[in-house]
Amino acid sequence: MADPNLSATPPQAISTLPSKPPFWNDPQKRALVFQILLVIGIGLLLWFIFSNTLHNLDKRGIKTGFDFLDRPAGFGITQSLIPYTEASTFGRTFLVGLLNTLLVAGLGIIFATLLGFAVGVARLSKNWLISRVALVFIETIRNIPPLLQILFWYRAILPLLPGPKDSISLAELFYLHKRGFTLPSPLFEPAFIWTFWAVIAALVLAFIMSRWAKARREKTGQQFPVVWTAVGIILVLPLITFFLTGSPLNWDIPALSGFNFRGGLTVIPELTALLLALSIYTAAFIAEIVRSGIESVSKGQSEAAASLGLRPNRTLQLVIIPQAMRVIIPQLTSQYLNLTKNTSLGVAIGYPDLVNVFAGTTLNQTGQAVEIIFMTMLVYLVISLVISLFMNWYNKRMALVER
Amino acid sequence: MKSAKTLAVAGLLSASFAMPAAHAGATLDAVKKNDAVKCGINTPFPGFANQDEKGNWSGLDIDVCRAVAAAIFGDPNKVKFTSLTAKERFTALQSGEVDMLSRNSTGTLSRDTGLGLTFVAPNYYDGQGFLVKKSLNVKSAKELDGASVCIQSGTTTELNLADYFRANNMKFEPITYEKLDEVTKAFDEGRCDVLTSDQSQLYSNRITLKDPEGAVVLPEVISKEPLGPFVRQGDDEWLKIVRWSYYAMVEAEDLGVTSANAEEMTKSTDPNIKRFLGMEEGGDANLPLDKKWAYNIVKMVGNYGESFERSVGQGSPLKINRGLNALWKNGGLQYSPPFR
Repeated sequence: MADPNLSATPPQAISTLPSKPPFWNDPQKRALVFQILLVIGIGLLLWFIFSNTLHNLDKRGIKTGFDFLDRPAGFGITQSLIPYTEASTFGRTFLVGLLNTLLVAGLGIIFATLLGFAVGVARLSKNWLISRVALVFIETIRNIPPLLQILFWYRAILPLLPGPKDSISLAELFYLHKRGFTLPSPLFEPAFIWTFWAVIAALVLAFIMSRWAKARREKTGQQFPVVWTAVGIILVLPLITFFLTGSPLNWDIPALSGFNFRGGLTVIPELTALLLALSIYTAAFIAEIVRSGIESVSKGQSEAAASLGLRPNRTLQLVIIPQAMRVIIPQLTSQYLNLTKNTSLGVAIGYPDLVNVFAGTTLNQTGQAVEIIFMTMLVYLVISLVISLFMNWYNKRMALVER
Repeated sequence: MKSAKTLAVAGLLSASFAMPAAHAGATLDAVKKNDAVKCGINTPFPGFANQDEKGNWSGLDIDVCRAVAAAIFGDPNKVKFTSLTAKERFTALQSGEVDMLSRNSTGTLSRDTGLGLTFVAPNYYDGQGFLVKKSLNVKSAKELDGASVCIQSGTTTELNLADYFRANNMKFEPITYEKLDEVTKAFDEGRCDVLTSDQSQLYSNRITLKDPEGAVVLPEVISKEPLGPFVRQGDDEWLKIVRWSYYAMVEAEDLGVTSANAEEMTKSTDPNIKRFLGMEEGGDANLPLDKKWAYNIVKMVGNYGESFERSVGQGSPLKINRGLNALWKNGGLQYSPPFR
């Protein structure tokens, strides 16, 4: 089967192969060129939008730039986590609003998770009454828009409380009234810093202890009461420091004077209403997520665990929950993101969050809509991305490790 | 370039691109093309912007919009009203959503110079005051130390309040809402002790309370609040049309011309009146309007006094006295430059 051509072609092929095809025939290089062109195109478009906006604002005599952040704001804000007065700058109002948003989002996520897990487990309860109550709760709450729920708490429930002068009082320390919940606030003396450091030290110690216990268990198989030791360290160490430094903590007791309570700390009703509504609303969704997560773990898993001799609570802890978490976490992330974004609904009841204080009052006082709305959108984007990144990291840790 | 612009418009911030160019005359051209004046007004606000069951608007601020429409079209109903909250109002005007704003807005230095807008003229001289429950037994604003104060966000009132309390070394808790009726409701429910706003608003808020008699307006007036229309900066022709439409209402009262006697007055021998009503050369300005534009305003909308009395004065539930808003010759501040 000798073909004269066969012997003739190889040298030819060898000589043509190394000479590369032109780059437009190379799919990889071509793709690269297109991608670079696309990036340049998008960059130009963004630049065009940016410069065009600036040009148009300038033409209409509207001020631009971020100088306004250094100008005094001149208005008051009901609730501020950092010192704020009317003489503070607009930049400060941005921080105040941002912290107020984070406060609601953070507390809301904690409450919604706790309540959601409780209701989700209750929904699976073998007790008919408990599971039905959970079902009715979920179905009702999930299907009412969050804004209505916020208004319900703020307009219908909280105004039923008495005015500050006839507050519901508990031991003359805690007062519940129309304008909020007033409670004693702590006054830290300088020496309290030692107690604070003791807490940090105790946390570090507890962490080291748990690492050591884990290493020992993996080596020798011996158990160590990690949880109880940790609780002991975290409670006892700061307490001893606290008393050794002479109990450097006083309480500012609220007292009625004039129109309102003086002293103490007042949780404003806007915060209460927003927190209640958002936590309950999101909890209803989380409950369903938890239920679906637990139900996704096949029955065989718990049976297998039982046949290995694991007690039911150990089965839940070691077998069911780790597998359920894989289903729960990604969905939980989107609920956390929803809750965070829903905090902006607080503007309807005058809660001083970022949208209200910054994208509202500050925008109106300065008139610089483009900069302010841009900053506000950026903040929500960053908060959402941070939550997503954290949850993705946590999800990776919890994901099933296949060996 | 054109396609890039279209893309950008679609992309984002469409409002800031789609605005009509700000060369002189552009606004009037756009208004004529739309066959209506787009006027930004308050959310219903007794006296200044009332809405009846049929959706028709009336009130002191509404009459300014109607006067402009009467001057341009000879028809006071060619107005498209847009209700705006305090927060939305300036952005709506900047972006071209409305042609003019007649929404009891205070003219200030920063608004006139920083927003790309121009304050037209004060059609109502006001001042900020305090409304409190009678049961608190407060006689003066100086006794308000530590009070919770309900207030509308994004207003000059918010700033004056902070200044006043700071100047008098008093503390307060500001409770801010976006809409006026939310502010009133919160005050009614006892969320705050004090409601602060322009005095005109306090009177109109008071009549919407559950128990109007249970609340009093304190004597202190803590600020100057010249309220009036705004237009976009850069279109002087449009500014002049709006400004002189309002002046025409004041001048009509000054000359004794009313909607009832306008017809008759055209036969007047007084050259001032004849000029004003467009019966004689020299009266019509160099505005691109009908010769009888001022006549149309008075005939169809009425003079300033008529508008005041039926909207907020003795002919209305508010019963506000003319006070600062009387004509200059009656000891007030309402004054029109001469029509000549």
